[in-house]
Amino acid sequence: MTEAIVPPEHHYLNDGYSARSWLLTTDHKRIAVLYLLTITFFFAVGGVAATIIRLELLTPAGDLVQSETYNKLFSIHGIIMVFFFLLPVIPSVLGNFLVPIMIGARDLAFPKLNLASWYVFWIGGLFTLWAVVVGGVDTGWTFYTPFSSVYTNTYVIATAAGVMIAGFSSIFTGLNFIVTIHKMRAPGLTWFRLPLFIWSMYATSVIMVLGTPVLAITLTLLALERLTHVGVFDPKIGGDPLLFQHLFWFYSHPAVYIMVLPAMGVVSELVTCFSRKKIFGYKAIAYSSMAIALFGFLVWGHHMFVSGQSVYAAVVFSMLSFLVALPSAVKVFNWTATLYKGSITFNTPLLYALGFIGLFTIGGLTGLFLATLAADVHLHDTYFVIAHFHYIMVGGTVMAYLGGLHFWWPKITGRMYPEVWARLSAIGIFIGFNLTFFPQYILGLQGMPRRYHVYPEEFQVLNVLSSAGASILAVAYAFPITYLLWSLKYGAIAPANPWNAVGLEWETTSPPPTHNFIEQPVVDHEAYNYAAPAQDSPQPIALESTAS
Amino acid sequence: MDNAFGLLPPAASADAARLDPLILFLICVSGFMSLLIAATIVAFAVRYRRQARVNRSINAQANHGWLEATFITVPALVMAVMFAWGTHLYLGAVQAPADALQINVLGKQWMWKFQHPQGQREINELHVPVDRAVRLKMISEDVIHDLYVPAFRVKHDVVPGRYSTLWFTPTRAGEYHLFCSQYCGSKHSEMVGRVVVMSQSDYAGWLAGKTSNLTPQESGKRLYAQYRCGSCHKTLPEIGTCPPLEGIYNQRVPLADGTTVIADEAYLRESIVRPQAKIVAGYGKEPMPPFEGVLTEEGILDLIAYIKSLSPNVEKAAP
Repeated sequence: MTEAIVPPEHHYLNDGYSARSWLLTTDHKRIAVLYLLTITFFFAVGGVAATIIRLELLTPAGDLVQSETYNKLFSIHGIIMVFFFLLPVIPSVLGNFLVPIMIGARDLAFPKLNLASWYVFWIGGLFTLWAVVVGGVDTGWTFYTPFSSVYTNTYVIATAAGVMIAGFSSIFTGLNFIVTIHKMRAPGLTWFRLPLFIWSMYATSVIMVLGTPVLAITLTLLALERLTHVGVFDPKIGGDPLLFQHLFWFYSHPAVYIMVLPAMGVVSELVTCFSRKKIFGYKAIAYSSMAIALFGFLVWGHHMFVSGQSVYAAVVFSMLSFLVALPSAVKVFNWTATLYKGSITFNTPLLYALGFIGLFTIGGLTGLFLATLAADVHLHDTYFVIAHFHYIMVGGTVMAYLGGLHFWWPKITGRMYPEVWARLSAIGIFIGFNLTFFPQYILGLQGMPRRYHVYPEEFQVLNVLSSAGASILAVAYAFPITYLLWSLKYGAIAPANPWNAVGLEWETTSPPPTHNFIEQPVVDHEAYNYAAPAQDSPQPIALESTAS
Repeated sequence: MDNAFGLLPPAASADAARLDPLILFLICVSGFMSLLIAATIVAFAVRYRRQARVNRSINAQANHGWLEATFITVPALVMAVMFAWGTHLYLGAVQAPADALQINVLGKQWMWKFQHPQGQREINELHVPVDRAVRLKMISEDVIHDLYVPAFRVKHDVVPGRYSTLWFTPTRAGEYHLFCSQYCGSKHSEMVGRVVVMSQSDYAGWLAGKTSNLTPQESGKRLYAQYRCGSCHKTLPEIGTCPPLEGIYNQRVPLADGTTVIADEAYLRESIVRPQAKIVAGYGKEPMPPFEGVLTEEGILDLIAYIKSLSPNVEKAAP
């Protein structure tokens, strides 16, 4: 080891300690930290609901909670996890922190709008939490009509209002990113020199801005029918129940890509850095992000193959669903090819990234089952679907988020996390995740329907396995929360560039100064400009400073 | 291989026999691809770990176009097979055979009601004969439900306000799960029952032993009389204020707005509950009252059965 690492004298974290300096900040980095705390809170709320669900499903009988309670639990789990965790997690935390720094800007284009997005997010969150506290909602996160608009007597409007309001925070963030990426790139930073994380944030923002208003319209119509009995979705008063599904999935399928595109962006960064190699197929990955954003809007009907929509529509939606799978396949192959002839170190972020590739591959391939018309007739609304989207959302998005959080933790906090603990947790999460969700594929193939409070006895063994896996997963998730908090005080001081990574965020201090850079950076090369690995000498990395 | 190594439930219908090879194919392809990618990642990760002394020289000028093209072409070809196979089976299962046994199904929170053509009714249990196509005509009285029989590999949503159909040919006697698979409220998971597949002679015996209610057609005739439908829908050559109903089923009917419509079950239902929606050309001066909320879904099914019986020649051809 050479000289001791000295933290910078002035950085965004010590630029004021008052509550006001945080709650009225317009610094994108501080807002990212606010989001980090918020998102973690909502993850915990959704996780508690999941825990009770898995406990209930240990036995075929409904013996832990009543069916009404069970239905509220899976509804809250879905609503909180989708709208208040998965959708915002990477854009609002990592995106907020990184987009300006990665492109060499001082802040986002509209810093006040950025702060507003956090407040709007909380207003939406409080609406939804209030609905949970006063009695809950039992429609599932999908709010299907006419059950939600006429028949249920739970708190649909408050919940839907919360979701709709939170949607505006998503629109604000997307708008901010689009303008920032267009207008505020450092001199020399052309589109094809942008890090792939920026490309994925750009594609995500496009979906956020175009898709979220449709969700707002849909939920408004739902509330309108519920309040005023204007017939929109209920056939008894002249509505069409399938119209709701078309509108809902027109947003909610692209929303899946709001969740997973940012994860793909993170993984592209992690794989290159820990392979010390330029990414394979930069343009293919960048274009495939945009292709996914575009095609993602054209596949909503694959949620409705057995709903009674036209069979010809079903055929077209099936074909388009296969088409949207292609760019994802291209990305998986490119990440794999990037490892080839790299110089690989197995730090925690890479473990998460490799876990992501494996789980996302399984999640994507099982998505093909559901795009295949005849197979979907059997598998639709069974646990197969549950397993499929948890592989994408949790195996994909959460793994990538945790990988990214570890990767940029030194930059965000100025401290290193403990590498050994982090590796163990990553492995624990991988094992716990697979044990939880792989049995659910088999349950689905065997025909167990989703959202079942009581179930036939022959499904018990696999459900017990799944619950056992969930307990490992829950413990494994508790580890990062603990040691990351620990590292704030006891972690080793982080150097400016602990991973010897390239990218503008590593050229400034850890943590960065309030205005990100002392001097305006100028870019004269492409992204991932790693030296040829053969000449690359091993570098001291965080493991040596903390684990010894 | 009967049920794909225990991964699938028993295969008890013609659909199951057709679908299971496709599901096996999907399992094999995705299993192979997952393992291939996982193995490649592990192999690269081990071989090119930082400490390893291996040749890492890459030709920076190399053009990887062919490799990128492979990345797109190979999955595209495999997916084309999946798409074609799945679509072929799906389209092949749209139209029920003309001689299928028609059973009416009502879904409501939280029970299934079935009515056989001869009038026998049952709740949460469906008895069907083996080796004979069965067509379910389904409608919901409240929210969306979904009738799912895993052993038959078929499911379809049961939607309020419109008829949906599901058909299958059971191939093996036995008892199988019947699930509601579209979330429908508090007791969704208790909206379950069983399908009993019986030999054709056992089914005939079961029908005979079951207290026979009126057939749907007979009930429909009673309703027709009760609501005095015949006072306006007169039989030709008499001319009433409403169109005659004899022989109209599945015929093309000219409408007042100049278009035409096929008088199928969906149209008949709509014309009963909301007569103003599509008015037959030349009528409508004395509008028919809407029967929305007046008749139960069961009553509407019965009336339609009766109206269909007034068109004896096309009755059989109806899908």
